[in-house]
This record gives sequence, C-alpha cells and structure tokens, in this order.
Amino acid sequence: MTHNHDVNIIVAGVGLTPVGEHWEKSLRELALEAIVSAMTDAGGLKPQAMYIGNMLAPALSRQSQLGALLADFAGMRGIEAMAVEAGGASGGVALRQAYLALSSGLVSTAIVVGVEKVTDRVSNEVLTAQMTSSDADYESVHGVTPTAQAAMLMRRYIFEYDVPRDAFAGFSVTAHANAVTNPNAMFRRAIKPDTYAKAGIVSDPINMFDAAPLADGAAAVILAREDVLPGKLPHPSIRIEASSTSIDAVAIHDRPDPLVLEASKHSLDEAYRFSGYSAEDIDLFELHDIFSIYAVLSLEAGGFAKKGEGWKLALEDQIARKGSIPICTFGGSKARGDTGGATGLYQAGEATLQLQGRAGENQIQDAKVALVQCLGGTGATAASHVLARVDTG
Amino acid sequence: MELSTHWRVKKQRYALVGEVCPHCDEKIFPPRDICPDCGNEARDTYNFSGKGEVYSYSTLYDAPVGHEEQAPYTVALVQLEEGPMVTAQLTDLDEQQPEIGMSVEMVTRKLRADGDRGILVYGYKFRPVLSAI
Repeated sequence: MTHNHDVNIIVAGVGLTPVGEHWEKSLRELALEAIVSAMTDAGGLKPQAMYIGNMLAPALSRQSQLGALLADFAGMRGIEAMAVEAGGASGGVALRQAYLALSSGLVSTAIVVGVEKVTDRVSNEVLTAQMTSSDADYESVHGVTPTAQAAMLMRRYIFEYDVPRDAFAGFSVTAHANAVTNPNAMFRRAIKPDTYAKAGIVSDPINMFDAAPLADGAAAVILAREDVLPGKLPHPSIRIEASSTSIDAVAIHDRPDPLVLEASKHSLDEAYRFSGYSAEDIDLFELHDIFSIYAVLSLEAGGFAKKGEGWKLALEDQIARKGSIPICTFGGSKARGDTGGATGLYQAGEATLQLQGRAGENQIQDAKVALVQCLGGTGATAASHVLARVDTG
Repeated sequence: MELSTHWRVKKQRYALVGEVCPHCDEKIFPPRDICPDCGNEARDTYNFSGKGEVYSYSTLYDAPVGHEEQAPYTVALVQLEEGPMVTAQLTDLDEQQPEIGMSVEMVTRKLRADGDRGILVYGYKFRPVLSAI
C-alpha cells in the first residue's frame, strides 16, 4: 500500500463517554470527561492544539467560542483551539483540521473533541436548530425537517429501485445488535425484524427505527506525529492513512441526482486514492446512519454496492459483524446514539479500538483497515478517514 | 425580525423568478448568478410557469418553531417543468393522496408565522393541478 506522507499521523489515544440524556452534566463537563479519558489513554500526552466538533452549542447553549471555552476548562490555557462546524460532519471535519495541522509539521500533538448537548432545550427548539444545516431560505423556511428530508429520499429510492419496504430493517437490527455490548450506547437491547415492521411512522415512509435518537455525548481522540512520540504508546499504533472532506449543494433540490451523495462519493474516492486502499480492503465502515437511507447511500458511494443496490447488503447480513462489510460496529448513530457534531469522533474512536483489538465483544476479527465517514445535513458535507494499524501493508 | 431576509427574496417567493443562463440555456432557480451547469455568469431574469411534478414527498407531524399550527403537513420535492427542483409544502390536497409524478402548480400561501407578534412569511406552495371535467 502507498503512504503519501513522510511522517505517520498516529491516533495516540481514544476517549469515549456514554451517550444519553445527561441532565447533571453541562456542555463543558461532557467535553472534559472525553478529554481526560483520551489523554489518559494516550499515556498523558499533552496536545498543543484542540479542535472541537460541535454543531448546536450556539443555538442550544447560547455558547460560541468553544475552542477557548473547552481548552480553558481542560486546563490548557495558552494552546491554540477552535471549533469546527459542518453540521453532522463537524467531528470528521475537525479531525481533518487536526490532520492538516499535524501534516504541516507546525503542530506535533492535537486533541480533537466532539461534544453535543441537546437536552437543555425542548424538542421543537432542538429540531429548529438542527434545520440550520439545511438551506435556510429555500428549504428550512418551508418547514422541511431533517426527518422529512430523509423520508423524501427514502421514498424516492424505494420508488426508483423497487425496494421492498422492510428491506431497511437490517440496518436497525444490526445497529441494535451491536450496541448490546457497547457500555457507552444509549440503547442496548437487540430488536427483531418484527419490531421494525410494527414500528410507528415518524414521517412516511420513515418509521421510529429508521431514525437515530439525538442525545448528549462527547468523544475525543489524540493525534500525534509519530516522530514526536515519547517512546512506545500503551496501545498499538493506528495511522491515519487518508483524510478527505468534500462538499455538495446544501439543498437536496440543487443536486443533479438526489439519490447520489456526491460529497460522500468524492471524499471516499479521494480517501481510497490517497491511501491506496479500495473498498475490498475495508474491514469495517463506521458510516453516517442517522437515517437508514443515508447508510444505504453511503455504502453505494463507497463502492460497496452498485447504485440502487445498497439495500441488499442488509438483506444478506453483509453489514453484520461477521459480514463482508460490517457497519456501525458499536451501534452506530442508531443505537449508540446520534451526537451531532460528536459523531465523527465516536466513529474514529470506535474504529481505532477495533484496529487495536480493544473492541471487546464487538471485535471484528482481524480488523486491519477501517473506513470512517460522517455527513453534514442531507449530505452537503462529507468527511472521510481511512485508519490502519501501523504494521499493515 | 428578519424582515429584510424575506424582502430580498420576495420575487422568488411570490413569483418564482429565477435566471436563465445565456451560455447554455439552463434555467436556474433560485437565482445564483453563476450557472451551476456551465459555470458562466448567468444574471438574465427568467419567470417560471409554476407547473411541475412531485419528485417525492412526506407528511410530517413534528413541526419546528413557526410551523406548529400547520402540523401535520406534507412537504415535497417538486420538479419544475423547466428543469430545476424546489422544496415546498403541498397544499389543497383535501382527501387526495400525494403521488410521485403527480402534476402540481404553484400558489402563494403562508409559509410560517414567527410567533404571535412576529412577521408572517408568505411564499410558494404547490397544489394538485385541477383537471377540467
């Protein structure tokens, strides 16, 4: 495999916290928990820079300037810090910024923290805030919500490809099955396909099990240039093989084909090209599954299925832990919980644990190469990363 | 109060005024001054007919702030007959079930109420085309 950088960018530490309704924890306290956890995991490695992935704090907590706020709260006054916003892709794009900084050589160690606090506001305020990821003047003004947008895409997809309605059940069933043994997951009970079939409709054709629950959470990873590591890390070294973000039109209606996630496809193609890996080499894919239709379209964008056939991967259990392309190995957004801007960090952290052999009962056997992608809005921003064990290739 | 936000786009909201690209003849809505198809400058005004068909739709029950009184309502992606697609609510459905491919036409309706004392935002919605008996 080709490695296109001179110095390996290593994931030196992972800190994941439970996803849920954390009434007793504030935004900064949630973040601190993840920061401390990641730094401990990295053997106490101190970051010179902090990148925050967050999408809703200004709207829901009336709090901006999270870079300064969270770095200071973590006792890191004097470092450089910034918040990165790209809707649901905020976490992945924050990771990208850290990767760029480290690649430049101007920063040697960085911490990337994803944090989201959604339980301090009533649900329709949260919904209204989430809608800021869409086109304000031409989508949100009409009252179209993220759920309704996913529903329209799902309906059209079913129509164009003649997909049986219950074909989407496998995404929910897989996610919930994987979350049973994830202590950080919000929902830890497996569901049967039957449960899916009987679920109430949220925005037709989307039912309760096609949609992920939005909740509080925080996750962090510490990245470092391999040449500055103070000796051996406590865990196997995981290298970022590729980092790529891309954008597409914000509004669904501005895309030539709404059923192709162009940003996802482009960033995945770039990630494959840069890393030298292809779809066949991927041992697990932490993808964006806040609605099952996005999981389907992401799999197609990544070349795991032809256009219009992504849904079949669930029918044949290919997406399960023992399948050809395991997804949501710790429950995904669907069962672990949707944490908005923190999603990208949960994904990166979980993928790292898989590659390090630290995934416990969720372990994908012989996991060597992981693909991670989160999306903003209805797919307007995509942030993709390929991770691999240092001894791979 | 965001009055100016809506005032700026009133021609788009009330009359579906867009642009046509003088280079490739692509019809553009909403206007964006650079043709998304060929990348050249496109500032020539174009008035859309308001006719289109439903590309997809969904009925939602959990409404955001400003739309609570309307819930439940149906939103749709409507392909205008000249090419561009728009997002809008469907209206005047009465007992009719929306369908992909259904012919619709533009009408001007209240989109949103910004609270009891806030401004009323008007704009385009689409209703099924009434066929003559």
